Amino acid sequence: MSSAERVVFEHVTKRYPGTGAGNPGAVEDLSLEVPAGKVCVLVGPSGCGKTTSLKMINRLIEPTSGRILIGDRDIAQQDVIALRRGIGYVIQQVGLFPHQTVADNVATVPRLLGWDEGRRKDRATELLELVGLDPTRYANRYPSALSGGERQRVGVARALAADPPVLLMDEPFGAVDPIVRERLQNELLNLQEQLAKTILFVTHDIDEAIKMGDLVAVMQVGGHLAQFGTPDEILANPASDFVARFVGADRGLKRLALTRVDALELMPPVTASSGDDAADARRRALADPFPYLLLVDAERRPIGWVDQDDIPSSGTIGEDLATAMSPLFSRRTTLKDALAMLIEAEVHAGIVVDGKGAAMGLLTADMIFASSRDGRSPEARAGA
Amino acid sequence: MIAAVTWFSDPAHWSGQNGVPYRLFQHVGISLVSVLIAMAIALPLGLYIGHTRRGQAFAVNLANVGRAIPSLAAIAIVVPFTQALDPGPGFNLYPTVIAMIVLAIPPILVNTYAGVSGVDADLVESARAMGMTERQVLTRVEVPVAIPIIVGGIRSASVQVIATATLGAIYGLGALGGFIVEGVAQNDDGQLFAGVLLVALLALLAEGGLALVQRRLAAPIAARAT
Repeated sequence: MSSAERVVFEHVTKRYPGTGAGNPGAVEDLSLEVPAGKVCVLVGPSGCGKTTSLKMINRLIEPTSGRILIGDRDIAQQDVIALRRGIGYVIQQVGLFPHQTVADNVATVPRLLGWDEGRRKDRATELLELVGLDPTRYANRYPSALSGGERQRVGVARALAADPPVLLMDEPFGAVDPIVRERLQNELLNLQEQLAKTILFVTHDIDEAIKMGDLVAVMQVGGHLAQFGTPDEILANPASDFVARFVGADRGLKRLALTRVDALELMPPVTASSGDDAADARRRALADPFPYLLLVDAERRPIGWVDQDDIPSSGTIGEDLATAMSPLFSRRTTLKDALAMLIEAEVHAGIVVDGKGAAMGLLTADMIFASSRDGRSPEARAGA
Repeated sequence: MIAAVTWFSDPAHWSGQNGVPYRLFQHVGISLVSVLIAMAIALPLGLYIGHTRRGQAFAVNLANVGRAIPSLAAIAIVVPFTQALDPGPGFNLYPTVIAMIVLAIPPILVNTYAGVSGVDADLVESARAMGMTERQVLTRVEVPVAIPIIVGGIRSASVQVIATATLGAIYGLGALGGFIVEGVAQNDDGQLFAGVLLVALLALLAEGGLALVQRRLAAPIAARAT
C-alpha cells in the first residue's frame, strides 16, 4: 500500500481569458497545505472556485500562476498522464463507462498501467469487497443495472484501484438521496480510517464539510480562501461575516455535533444500591452539589433518581425510592444529540453508561453549554 | 407481378454478363467499395471533429450540401470529370462510384461526429482524469459509447448507395439498375419489376443487417438488471 502524500497550493491563481478576478470558477492566490492522510473539504457557494481548485490538482485545469505540490514534487514538472494515473478521481455523475462491466470499470487504471488480467481481476474483487459490493453479484453487471448508491461505490472503488496516495472527490454524494448519502459518507469515513489517503473533497454543503473534513477550506466567490482550519475552529471562530453566514446561525449546534460525550470530563454521581445504609447515602448526597442520588443495581446500571430530601435518615435504601430517570448516553453520543435528548426528556442531566450499561458519570446541560464556550476567542464571545 | 415471376423463371436471365447473379454481384460490389471508401474518408474525419470539436461548422455544412444534392445530379456532375479516367467508351464505372462516395460521406461523417461529440462530457472527463491519453479516450470510451450511432450513419449511407447504384445504369453502368433501364426501354414489364424487386430486396437486406449489428453493439450500454 502506497503512503499518502501532502498536497500543497502555493499562491495558485486561475483567471479565465478576458476576465479579471472575481469571475465564476476563478481562483485568486490560493495557498494551503493538506497534510498527508488528511481529508480537506473545499466548501463554498457556486462559482467560488472550489471545483477549479480541485481540477488543478490533476491538471484538468492548468493554473494561470502559482504552483501545486504533491509530496515535494511540483505537478507542473510531471508527465500529465502519469500524474493522473496516480490520483484517484470521483465525481458526482460518477462517470462509469456504460459499455464496460463493473469489474472492468474498476480495473480501468490498472489496465492503463499494463497490469495483467489476473492481477486486474483480483484487484477488482478486492476493491468491490472493500466498498461493500459482493463481487460475485456485481462484477459482471453493467452500470445501467446499478442504483445510484451502488454506482457511487463503484466510482470510489475505481478511484482507489491503483492505490493512489491522493484522492479527489467532486461533490461525490451530491446526486443520491439523503439516506444513501449519509450511509456513503459514513462508509467513506470508515474506509478512510483504514486507508488514510490524502483526500480533497468538494461540496457546497457545510454540514457535509464539517462531517467529512479533518480540515475545511471555506471559499468565497472570486476564488478567495475565506478561512482554512479544523471544523471546530471554523465553527467556533468564523474569520469573517461571510464565513459566519455561510456556516449558518446554528453553528453552535453544529459544533456540538462535532464533540462526543467522552471528550468531556464527566461529573461523578453519588450512587447507592438497594440494601445500602440510608443514613450514609443521605449524608453523601447532601454533601454533593447535585441534589439527587443515583440508584444503581449490582452491576452499577442506573435504576433511577432519588431526591436527596427523600432519602430516609435511617434503615436501608429500597428500589421503590426512585422517582425519575434520565436519558442514557453512550460515550460516542454527540453533544448535540445529548442536548436534544435532555430537551426531549425535560431534564438537566443525563447518565453516561459504558458498553455494559454501567453508569460512568453525569452530563448536564450546563456542562454542554460550558464546552461550547471553550475555544472561542474573546472577541467572538463578546460578539455572540 | 406475374410478369416478373415469369421473367425470373427464365433460365436465360440467370447467366452471363446480363444475368441476375452477375449484376447482383456487380451491384453489391460497387456499393461495398463505395461505402468502404466513404468510410475511409468520413470515419477519421468524423472522429477528429467529434473528439477535438474543431471544424464542426465544416461538418454541418458539408452534410447539408450532401443532403441537398439529388443522387442523379451527383452522377451527372461528375461525369465530365471522370470520363477521362474510364478505360473505354461505354464503361461508366467512375461517375457512379464517385457520386456514391460523395453521397455516402455526409451521413457517415455527421453521425460519427455527432456520436463522438455527444458522449457525456463527464464520462470523457473521467477518462481523461484517470490518465488516458487522448487516443485512449477516443478508442476506449468515445468510440465504444458512440458506436451504435456511427453504425447508424453507415447504415443510411449503405441504403442510399444501393439506391444510387441503380441510377448508374442510366450512364451505362450495368448492375441491377440495368434491368430497370432496359425494362423501360424495351417495354418489358417483367424485367422492370424484377429489377425493382431485386434493388428493394438488397436495400432492405442491407438496412436490416446493419440494424441488427447496431442493436447488438448497443446492447451492453442499454443493458438492464440481470
